[in-house]
Amino acid sequence: MSEHQGQTRSIRVEAMTRVEGEGGLDIRLLDGRIEQVNLNIFEPPRFFEAFLRGRPLEDVPDITARICGICPVAYQMSSVHALEAALGVEISPEIRRLRRLLYCGEWIESHALHVHMLNLPDFLGFDGALEMAQAHPERVERGLQIRKLGNQLLDRLGGRAIHPINVAVGGFYRAPTRGELSEFVKPFEAGLRLAEEATREIATLDFPVFDQAYDLVALVHPDEYPMNEGRIESCDGLSIAADEFPNHFVEQQVPHSTAMQAIRLETGKPYLLGPLARIQLAFERLAPEARRLADEVRFQPPCRNPFYGILARSLELVHAFAEAIDILKTYTPPRPPRIAYAYREAVGGAATEAPRGLLYHGYGIAADGKVTHANIVPPTSQNQGQIEADLRDYLPQVLSLPDREVADACEKLVRCYDPCISCSTHFLRVRIDRG
Amino acid sequence: MPAKPRLAVVKFASCDGCQLSLLSLEDELLRLAGKIEVAYFLEATSRIEPGPYDVVLVEGSITTADDATRIQQLRRAAKYLITIGACATAGGIQALKNWADSEEYLRAVYARPDYIRTLATSTAIADHVAVDFELRGCPINKHQLLEVLRSLLAGCQPRTPTYSVCVECKRRGSVCVMVAHGTPCLGPVTQAGCGAICPAYDRGCYGCFGPSDQPNLVPLTDHLRSIGMTPEQVVNSLRGFSGYAGEFRRESERLVESIGTIATGVGAAAVEPDVADSSGEWGDGQPGGDPK
Ligand code: SF4
Ligand code: SF4
Ligand code: SF4
Repeated sequence: MSEHQGQTRSIRVEAMTRVEGEGGLDIRLLDGRIEQVNLNIFEPPRFFEAFLRGRPLEDVPDITARICGICPVAYQMSSVHALEAALGVEISPEIRRLRRLLYCGEWIESHALHVHMLNLPDFLGFDGALEMAQAHPERVERGLQIRKLGNQLLDRLGGRAIHPINVAVGGFYRAPTRGELSEFVKPFEAGLRLAEEATREIATLDFPVFDQAYDLVALVHPDEYPMNEGRIESCDGLSIAADEFPNHFVEQQVPHSTAMQAIRLETGKPYLLGPLARIQLAFERLAPEARRLADEVRFQPPCRNPFYGILARSLELVHAFAEAIDILKTYTPPRPPRIAYAYREAVGGAATEAPRGLLYHGYGIAADGKVTHANIVPPTSQNQGQIEADLRDYLPQVLSLPDREVADACEKLVRCYDPCISCSTHFLRVRIDRG
Repeated sequence: MPAKPRLAVVKFASCDGCQLSLLSLEDELLRLAGKIEVAYFLEATSRIEPGPYDVVLVEGSITTADDATRIQQLRRAAKYLITIGACATAGGIQALKNWADSEEYLRAVYARPDYIRTLATSTAIADHVAVDFELRGCPINKHQLLEVLRSLLAGCQPRTPTYSVCVECKRRGSVCVMVAHGTPCLGPVTQAGCGAICPAYDRGCYGCFGPSDQPNLVPLTDHLRSIGMTPEQVVNSLRGFSGYAGEFRRESERLVESIGTIATGVGAAAVEPDVADSSGEWGDGQPGGDPK
């Protein structure tokens, strides 16, 4: 024992791969005890909240989209809902449905990327999808086809898949005609079958055993699966209006990162957002196709094992196809496509469910329609504290392995949350940790 | 190009959207991957091979001292370096800080600015190293990316059009939003490549592909003012995703100076729009200075 006194073991992942954006991992052990576990975020800061000030509010959905190329629609949705709350704009049910359809397109695009190209290679033992394609071309091909459908819908409805140009405060610049959308019904029905088939296969993967006592948080709506609106709820009974978010969740800045980490004020602890949280808090609101499939593959919430994120995401893919088909079949173009509004001095906040979890936006606007302040709280910076806590709990299972393998195992765990590091470099309200 | 050229995809300050375009080539990706060796692409694969690389795709702008060093090393490892997107070619939306007080930005966003190391500016890759080819857009058009990679594989110098969005807009058969509805549009001065998406969705182009070849900025900004935009609004519209690109930057800075003279009532006549002239030149959707 004594010869190990003061012995430090450092395990590093210099640059994590198959995540969005760039970050590393630092683990330090002293005499076998875990001293430090840091998810390092070295995405350079881009200062969105600063330069949004003074811009006309109409620019906000276009600008905030550029925070993330994988989930731009999420940024557009949270921003327009927050601005509409400030302006007192009521959108029509038709616009609301069209927004959900757009969001379904993004969930499909983003989830398919993560499930089939970023995460699945870990379970099957490959460096990435391109390498996996040599052994399992049909699996990769199927993932690409699923993703393509999401991208095509985004293209048609949003103008383009990455940074759509058709989202406006109040609605859409142009509503697609019935014909422009009805041609998606058949391909989406085929996509639904592909997504179901993929889910069945994914359910048979080997999942490491690792259960965590999560505080799960998601947007909950009485009739719909979490997406565009609802109350923020947690599995321990929190239920607040979405614009109350800043009073219950705070972000703190940490030295090893340009991002912030969030905790819940009531508990002082990190929490988990994303597919596992949504599926637990809104299981009954999943589309029947997804619920049936969950029963069939014996996926039953509560599921507190982060490695099952890939299965939850696959079920959400099925849900997104089913919901999109429903909207496509009954689509009538909203008239007008965009609700008019008048400027007023006000503040407003809103949250929507980005593919990776709850995304809060809050804005202040002046009487001339210019932004006076902006608050953006992306899901990954909220999940970061929980990811580090999970790593600490997971490490003892793998510490006997050589450093390289410990690093790989940890990186695989981190990938399960589908972290989006490009997004996470943002400010909200900050509680400074002077400890 | 060698039989199987080695490709690296590298990121600086950006949103990942441009590199994602490569993975969004759903129908071509696997075939493409058979013809090139993906030697470095953090977002796609855990396989990391050291340089040199035959082709390097660079996304993002330079905003930190470390990145300013990293781009020099990368240039040395790259035979052919292509910048992809508005961040890499013009500094991106984050270049808005170049006109602001960067210290104030730090304080506004971070409670502990001392934890953050960043330069005062966001600059294009070409401000730091030689660039062999650039692809515009925020994001780039994935079909243009595919064309460029195909040209390189065939041993040809890639080409992309440098005319304006108006040319594509008319080819697409869209109604000119500026003529029909008086909607402000930067299409006449913005480089083609997107397929003129925005006017097809009843909105004006906001210039995300940056300035076209020899754009006529002054007649356009005069016209925008004649259809009711304030000088400040015109400046704002130029300062978008490619706002720090040469001609857009110079025109917005010229306008900022002229706003000063308007405010004091001096020289207002000099910036008074000449409606007849400007609309005659390009208001019918005819891009001034473009190959007809
Ligand atoms: S140019 Fe636009 S899409 Fe490309 S990385 Fe920059 S912000 Fe993202
Ligand atoms: S000015 Fe008219 S023709 Fe040119 S891009 Fe805009 S809408 Fe199209
Ligand atoms: S029309 Fe203009 S703003 Fe719209 S996508 Fe094309 S270049 Fe970008």
